[in-house]
Amino acid sequence: MTRTVIDPVTRVGGHLRIEVEIANGVVRDAWSSGTMFRGMELILGGRDPRDAWLFAQRICGVCTGVHALASVRAVENALGVTIPTNARLVRNLLAGAGYVQAHVVGFYHRHAFDWVDPMAALRADPAATSTLALSMSEWPQSSPAYFKGVIDRLTTVVRSSQLGPFANGYWGHPAYRLTPEANLLVVAHYLEALDWQRGIIRIQTLLGGKSPHPQTYLVGGMALAPPWGGPTRGLPGEHPQQVERGSPPALSARGLTDIGAAIADARTFVEQVYLPDILMIAGHYREWAGVGEGLGDYLSYGEFPGDDSTKPALFLSRGRVMGRDLARVQPVDQAGIAESVAHSYYTYGDGGNALRHPANGQTNPFYTGPTQPLANLEGSNRYSWLKAPRYQDEPMEVGPLARMAVAYVEGQKDVRAAIDGAAASLGVGREAFFSTLGRTMARAIEAQVVARQLDGWLEDLVANLATGDLALADLTRWDPGAWPGEAHGWALGESPRGALGHWVAIRDQRIDTYQLVDATTWNGSPRDAQGRRGALEEALVGTPLADAARPLEVLRTVHSFDPCPACAVHSYVPGAGGPVQIRVI
Amino acid sequence: MTRADDSLYAAMLQRGMSRRTFIKFCTAMTAALALPATYVPRMAAAVSAAPRIPVIWLRGQGCGGDSAAFLGASNPTAAELLFDLLSVEYHEMIMAPAGAAAERSMTDVQARYPNEYIAVVEGAIPTADGGIHCMVDGRPFRDVVRDVSGGALATIAVGSCASDGGSPAAAGGATGAVGVSSIVSSGPLLALPGCPVNARNLTATIVHYLTFKQWPATDSRHRPYFAYGGLIHNQCERRAHFEFGEFVLAWGDEAAQKGWCLYKMGCKGPETNANCPTARYADGTSWPVKAGHGCVGCAMPGFWDAMSPFYRRLPPPLPFAPTVSADQVGQALVGGVAGLTVVHGAASYVRQRRVGAQERREARAAAADGALPRQDLPGGDPDSVQPPVPADPTEPAELGEPDEPSTSDRVDVVAIDGPDPVIPINPADSPDPEAG
Repeated sequence: MTRTVIDPVTRVGGHLRIEVEIANGVVRDAWSSGTMFRGMELILGGRDPRDAWLFAQRICGVCTGVHALASVRAVENALGVTIPTNARLVRNLLAGAGYVQAHVVGFYHRHAFDWVDPMAALRADPAATSTLALSMSEWPQSSPAYFKGVIDRLTTVVRSSQLGPFANGYWGHPAYRLTPEANLLVVAHYLEALDWQRGIIRIQTLLGGKSPHPQTYLVGGMALAPPWGGPTRGLPGEHPQQVERGSPPALSARGLTDIGAAIADARTFVEQVYLPDILMIAGHYREWAGVGEGLGDYLSYGEFPGDDSTKPALFLSRGRVMGRDLARVQPVDQAGIAESVAHSYYTYGDGGNALRHPANGQTNPFYTGPTQPLANLEGSNRYSWLKAPRYQDEPMEVGPLARMAVAYVEGQKDVRAAIDGAAASLGVGREAFFSTLGRTMARAIEAQVVARQLDGWLEDLVANLATGDLALADLTRWDPGAWPGEAHGWALGESPRGALGHWVAIRDQRIDTYQLVDATTWNGSPRDAQGRRGALEEALVGTPLADAARPLEVLRTVHSFDPCPACAVHSYVPGAGGPVQIRVI
Repeated sequence: MTRADDSLYAAMLQRGMSRRTFIKFCTAMTAALALPATYVPRMAAAVSAAPRIPVIWLRGQGCGGDSAAFLGASNPTAAELLFDLLSVEYHEMIMAPAGAAAERSMTDVQARYPNEYIAVVEGAIPTADGGIHCMVDGRPFRDVVRDVSGGALATIAVGSCASDGGSPAAAGGATGAVGVSSIVSSGPLLALPGCPVNARNLTATIVHYLTFKQWPATDSRHRPYFAYGGLIHNQCERRAHFEFGEFVLAWGDEAAQKGWCLYKMGCKGPETNANCPTARYADGTSWPVKAGHGCVGCAMPGFWDAMSPFYRRLPPPLPFAPTVSADQVGQALVGGVAGLTVVHGAASYVRQRRVGAQERREARAAAADGALPRQDLPGGDPDSVQPPVPADPTEPAELGEPDEPSTSDRVDVVAIDGPDPVIPINPADSPDPEAG
């Protein structure tokens, strides 16, 4: 039995350490450890609840805006605010664009090198690569000359012996399966995707003022305002804002047109580049449909409200798929969520290991990590800054695969068509999705489903503005004088990486307590009191390894979750002798 | 096209960059640094001849937003930054190797390029309890920063967390989070606060070094003057409304729809030093105030506590701020010209300002000429007097003369009442005939 440590796990958002025990070329056990902690929830204590989203947003700058959205929703829930239709649609557009970007970047820039060997691409024949590209899609950047240019660019980088991000990769590893041409094709798309994401960033910047960290959210709606008189009534020359090319107000006629064009570009890239690449790669790695199955229990809080009611229909529905059973979806109740700290760097005040609901979150520091230098976590009972969230005492997997599984069973027709289509083109059954390969495919499929829906939200927004409804914020609860003395709120939604919940308690117009449970807290969870592994740990067990010193296969499964331990933060009170309830007045 | 341009063109082709992209990039950088357009050829030559600078990008207590901003850069694009201009050998979010192989990428650079690589630090550095709150390969992040920074050509702190501790250092934080300047004392140190950093300012800082072989002039907090020398309030496109008492009073009201001033909604522009209004984000697309929400002061030290609650109105600014000057209007204009995005807006803004507030402007210019020192900026340190980037973009004497000065290439920043400025580089390169 040998122990392999990967620290830092790169191509993730945040700081992650993975340790695996290997016997006879197979992973027998695994530990996932978050090694960075900021304490954002404690910092929120005592603040103006209307400011909370700005703080919470800084939990993650990669899937940017998701915590801002969860935070304003939690405060709105506490104060009883219903946001206007326009604000709901703008929020859907901002979040949805983020999903498309996160999934494309998550694959090309964080995951692709686990499947693709750019050094092998140097041997590719440009003409054959062009033939391959044309056989896969209509994407126009597919000529032999184009691929020759990519090889030349790559060759220049390699000859300079400054390989940048490519330096010291596991190149030539026997687990790489693609032909030189397929490698070249994906490397070309890696470079294109770097440029492509500017279109998404433009959508976010128009609607949010900047990206990362869009800055137009408000408790009650959005700070955006349509031009005076509405988007259809242009007032050229009225104000410099109105006439700048390239920088139109987001909700002006030109701004909305620009957003529509950027959405079309985004969708085209997903449909003609990202999804075909995933299917092509999957064809070379079919055996990975049998690796990394993991827990088999999937949780989705659901996302993208489709109406303005207090219990809106969700574009991607809420529910659980248990035991890989695609026959039915089970309900989700926020009261069923609770966290264990048995193997985390915290203790509960009573010294016990009972699970606690986030609204009663109790977090005391108990760092028992080894002193430096740290060789490995062997013998460390506590080993992560992440808590271990459980639903009705069970560990769960969250993320695109969970969302697609729930939506599939619920009969969401876009999702059904995409999943069935992908399974058919690969010649595999639906059960193949419960795997490392399936997680990777589900992410691409979700990118397509959401990218197509962006247009629908934009059309709804344009239509609603055209009716003369220009409201973007409900201000009835803006003044703290209108608030009750005490209020509790929560929001369950989704981020690109999975289920995200925020819980807030407001007292005397200030934040009393604030807790959140993020997607990577679920997926990257350490063990609980019963010793059950988290989703990522469980998925790693059984992974075959060709070379324990170069654990490429482990990275494949780790990155199939697109982990973001930066999000998985929890608060802590230093030097506390006894039990400390997180309560800052 | 001159012979020099021809060889340049060949060099750019070698790097996979089009001439148009490259000149647009150099023009934008010249403008970002408030240099006259005569510097474009010199900058282009310096940048195209320079070897790719190795970069070690370290990430501590941060959200990854500065990396995301860097990877979403527009001009140059991230692909050009990664593979043409720089050689980003260590960056945990994008690098192929992991674990021990990743550490090798770091030590390789330190061994091969001693004192020749740039250390970029993103995120705060926790110092409490021996630094256990951020560990990389079993080592406290603090030690990694000291190690990498110690052998670097320069250290650049990107974003507010690396500049002064940022959000982990806000009241209530318990990890002893600090910025880079608290633990690094050797070598040039630059700080580019903002949440996140504007990628354009990062690129401009590096290009300044490539062109002049020295780092841009900074204030006592290590912030380059070209980006942090002026107040947002003084560069804001909504400033005219402030002058005329036209304020947004409720979210979404008529004033909001007309784009009036957000001061009364809590905008922190009057106390924030940054170039957001002129640099903007996503290739000049927008910035928060333009989109409708006040500035929250995210580039200022300790802003999480000093500027919050964010919707509370600031005390009234001075009737005229000491730092406003015609020069800054000129710099804003140059930035707009080169960004190829805000020309008409900037020009008409300036015109409106001149017509509408001529008298006040003259009084203000007179006050500015009264030699009120730049160190009076919020956050500045009066004891640390460093030469700022020349206030007059037409006289960059401290930075040396351009190789081939040509008055015909200059953007005439004085003639703001005349015809719209012309981009002198190569009009055929302009993607937008109306902008040129």
